[in-house]
Amino acid sequence: MSRVYNNFKKYRFLLAELVKKEIKLKYRRSYLGILWTLLEPLLTTIVLTVVFSNLLGRGDNTFPVYILTGRLLYTFFSNSTKTAMKAIRSNSAMIKKVYVPKYIYPFSSVLSSYLIFMISLIILVVAMVVFRVTPTLHLFEAVIPLALLLVLSLGVGMILSTMAVFFRDLEYLWGVVLMIVMYTSAIFYIPETLKLGDKIWIFNLNPLYVVIVNFRNAVFGNAMDMEALLLSIVYSFGSLLFGIFLFYKKQDKFILNI
Amino acid sequence: MDNEVLKVDQVSMKFNLMEKKVDNLKEYVIKFIKNEIRYQEFWALKDVSFTLNKGDRLGILGLNGAGKSTLLKIIAGVLKATQGSVTTKGKIVPLLELGAGFDAQYTGAENIFLYGAVLGYPKDFIKEKYDEIIEFSELGEFINVPVKNYSSGMKARLGFSIATIVEPEILILDEVLAVGDAKFRKKSEKKIKSMFDSGVTVLFVSHSIDQVKRICNRAILLDKGQLIAQGGVDEISEIYETRITDGDSN
Repeated sequence: MSRVYNNFKKYRFLLAELVKKEIKLKYRRSYLGILWTLLEPLLTTIVLTVVFSNLLGRGDNTFPVYILTGRLLYTFFSNSTKTAMKAIRSNSAMIKKVYVPKYIYPFSSVLSSYLIFMISLIILVVAMVVFRVTPTLHLFEAVIPLALLLVLSLGVGMILSTMAVFFRDLEYLWGVVLMIVMYTSAIFYIPETLKLGDKIWIFNLNPLYVVIVNFRNAVFGNAMDMEALLLSIVYSFGSLLFGIFLFYKKQDKFILNI
Repeated sequence: MDNEVLKVDQVSMKFNLMEKKVDNLKEYVIKFIKNEIRYQEFWALKDVSFTLNKGDRLGILGLNGAGKSTLLKIIAGVLKATQGSVTTKGKIVPLLELGAGFDAQYTGAENIFLYGAVLGYPKDFIKEKYDEIIEFSELGEFINVPVKNYSSGMKARLGFSIATIVEPEILILDEVLAVGDAKFRKKSEKKIKSMFDSGVTVLFVSHSIDQVKRICNRAILLDKGQLIAQGGVDEISEIYETRITDGDSN
């Protein structure tokens, strides 16, 4: 264990460099640069609000904030897992030449997405002010779902990056899975209004949904949903443990397949 | 032993080659159901053992496919041996395909930090040596240009300058002495010579026997993954030469 820690300490700087690189290169060639991080969720939220709030005839003034919370969390999950999936393959030139602990690559992908996600939360704060969502002490609890979301993405990212080395068509398959995750994450609707009755538990199968529920509770000043909290802890740490297990089991074979 | 810096102990490397390469899930599932997934075993290295003391300069000889690159990769830690173990002491610097780890969109300056981090150098160390690296690479103002616009010689010069900024205990060379133009080649050879003088241990792979004889004092000969001879460089290159001529007459 201490050996792993010492090795991590040695390559901490590499992790920082890789995170920096991904963020820098993402915005280097665009005029608005990092502003895109704010503009993109803003614009899609306007579209979603127009479609699902006005056209469906909802009267709730805070509905845009509701959409934005789901939307931001989903975008992060989708971006981070997609880039982490390609992490090993896109760094194959380095992996083939120099020894580096390989988990650094999917980790740096997820962490750089997380940093961009953190910046995009600014737009949520602005929306809360504009639509008069009064913050309460519960807002501090938002830290918990946000931390669990990072753990979940790291875990899923490790699983995907391992599998993508062996199966190149995983990209397309994951795109489909992400679509299912999106539609079952209640981003632009309220599950209770679907009249599902007892079957509403089906949402609890979606690891992202249970995280979004508690993030929304924090934003709108409600107490945490304990069932959702428990489930999200199980999902995120479960996927991380499985991800680490799978990654370590297969990492020596990466080089033969990239 | 105190002087021992590298110990390769009964290293074997097995590759499982799929008869037909399957790299997507769809085909894998179909083949799995049809029970058509077969692997072919292939031993790239078999039971290779040797030790090196500080200051030894080992030439690795062998024809193509003898397992030279596999051996170097195992020593560098890139590949993990199927059996056996490799113990090393101190910092290993691989000078393999210089500049292969660069990010094309990054500038030379940014790549110094990135590549330095990949090689495991601490940040303060790179900062300290930053000017020295740029000076040695002779890139001048080009250091702020994205690496994708570099010529291959410029890339190699920068790679060489970054990799050799430390004093390694073990240096892995894979025919890289031909770096850049004649002037830079002289300079890089001088740098490597000065490393030799400071007692670095060298692993050198080359097809040119003359180069091996000039650089190394010891050699091993690999054939189809097996270590068939080891000893002084003159003795081994003689065996190697006779084997080549024998191969020709067949």
